[in-house]
Amino acid sequence: MKVINIEGVEAEVEQGGTRLRVRADFVEDVNVGDYVLVHAGFVIQKLDENEALETLRLLEMLGMGVQSTPVAEG
Amino acid sequence: MRWVSEFRDGSIAKLILERINELAEHECTLMEVCGTHTMAIARFGIRQVLPKSIRLVSGPGCPVCVTTQSDIDRFISIGQIDGVVLATFGDMVKVPGSKISLRDARAHGIDVRVVYSPFEAVELARQMPNRKVVFVSIGFETTTPGIALAIMQAEKERLRNFFIYPANKLVPPAMKALLSFDDVCVDGFICPGHVSTIIGTRPYEPIATDYGKPCVIAGFEPLDILQAVFMLLMQIRYGQAKVENQYRRVVRPEGNEAARKAIYEVFEPNSVEWRGLGLIECSGLKLRSKYEHFDALLNFDVQVPPTSEHPECQCGRILRGAAVPTDCPLFASACTPEHPIGPCMVSSEGACAAYFRYREVSLS
Ligand code: SF4
Repeated sequence: MKVINIEGVEAEVEQGGTRLRVRADFVEDVNVGDYVLVHAGFVIQKLDENEALETLRLLEMLGMGVQSTPVAEG
Repeated sequence: MRWVSEFRDGSIAKLILERINELAEHECTLMEVCGTHTMAIARFGIRQVLPKSIRLVSGPGCPVCVTTQSDIDRFISIGQIDGVVLATFGDMVKVPGSKISLRDARAHGIDVRVVYSPFEAVELARQMPNRKVVFVSIGFETTTPGIALAIMQAEKERLRNFFIYPANKLVPPAMKALLSFDDVCVDGFICPGHVSTIIGTRPYEPIATDYGKPCVIAGFEPLDILQAVFMLLMQIRYGQAKVENQYRRVVRPEGNEAARKAIYEVFEPNSVEWRGLGLIECSGLKLRSKYEHFDALLNFDVQVPPTSEHPECQCGRILRGAAVPTDCPLFASACTPEHPIGPCMVSSEGACAAYFRYREVSLS
């Protein structure tokens, strides 16, 4: 969900027209415009856009049959 | 939607499926351990497009489903005590206890409030100082940090009419426990993305190294799940068993430390019963002595008669991956979401509900 407003530890998030008020106690440095993962009223993590792009790139390569030594390690 | 639609690209999905087909020589069973994965797999028809040799089974990934019958009976009976208000996540309301569900009990006058966040339960306690608000505390590592924070808040305000029915659980101990059942055969785990956001990648290491089971932490879009299946098949093909992270855009190797700190400030591990899996060591959470006064079980005297479950309901076996919903003789006949017989048909994350809702879906 996308952060559209922040006041202290409270944030307003939106996805597909649904808006929610949630708390962001567990994640530092949440900013308006960030994509975040929300669970039961809390932001539990920020989405890392560089990692998202990297995963998409891997998927495309995989689709083309380019599988370097498997996938990156966790 | 940004960061959603990209991971639903049908043309890439087809290509990944080709790669999966090339790898799928031998029969194998992969287990997902997260209700959101169960739903996503059903909703996107992933089971139907995978090669026949790959079996996807659901594990103990639905918090409502793994809650035991005796826990359900006990919090329903707490709700029947004069002056008590039960606050619960919505999914719990329809789950059948031995005799009645919360929904039935509500018709008989017990006060049940559905909350979205544990803080709403604390707010209820604030608003109703003359009532005792008992929050039905279920959920895995993803949900528990918020509950811990709500309890700390209640402590700060010295709210003495707020309680929890403690039934939170930890996922990795259950994954290990299910591997010891004779009727279970799992070749690799699709590890829960949201739980991993909190716990990181490390807790799965023993499952890979000691039990020899490949583990891939996965996101929830079709391409995430297909990539995770591919990664598991690669490990199986090359005889490896390690922990890999497909969901790197959200899951950090170290997890979320602030959230874990909140959990362990308020709770400590204890051994608890799971539906379908029995007693598992250090798989549950109880309140630390400092917060014990919030424990509903210590504050209310609850005696419940022995539990009873429908003899034909297969939820227990489904929750350890020994059966799939269609193995149950009651599925979609006597048991439907309107008239659920077991919890797996009630919860929006339950395997039976997922199979029922998306019976006709196939990935396009
Ligand atoms: S279909 Fe109903 S009765 Fe059968 S296992 Fe699922 S919940 Fe239980």
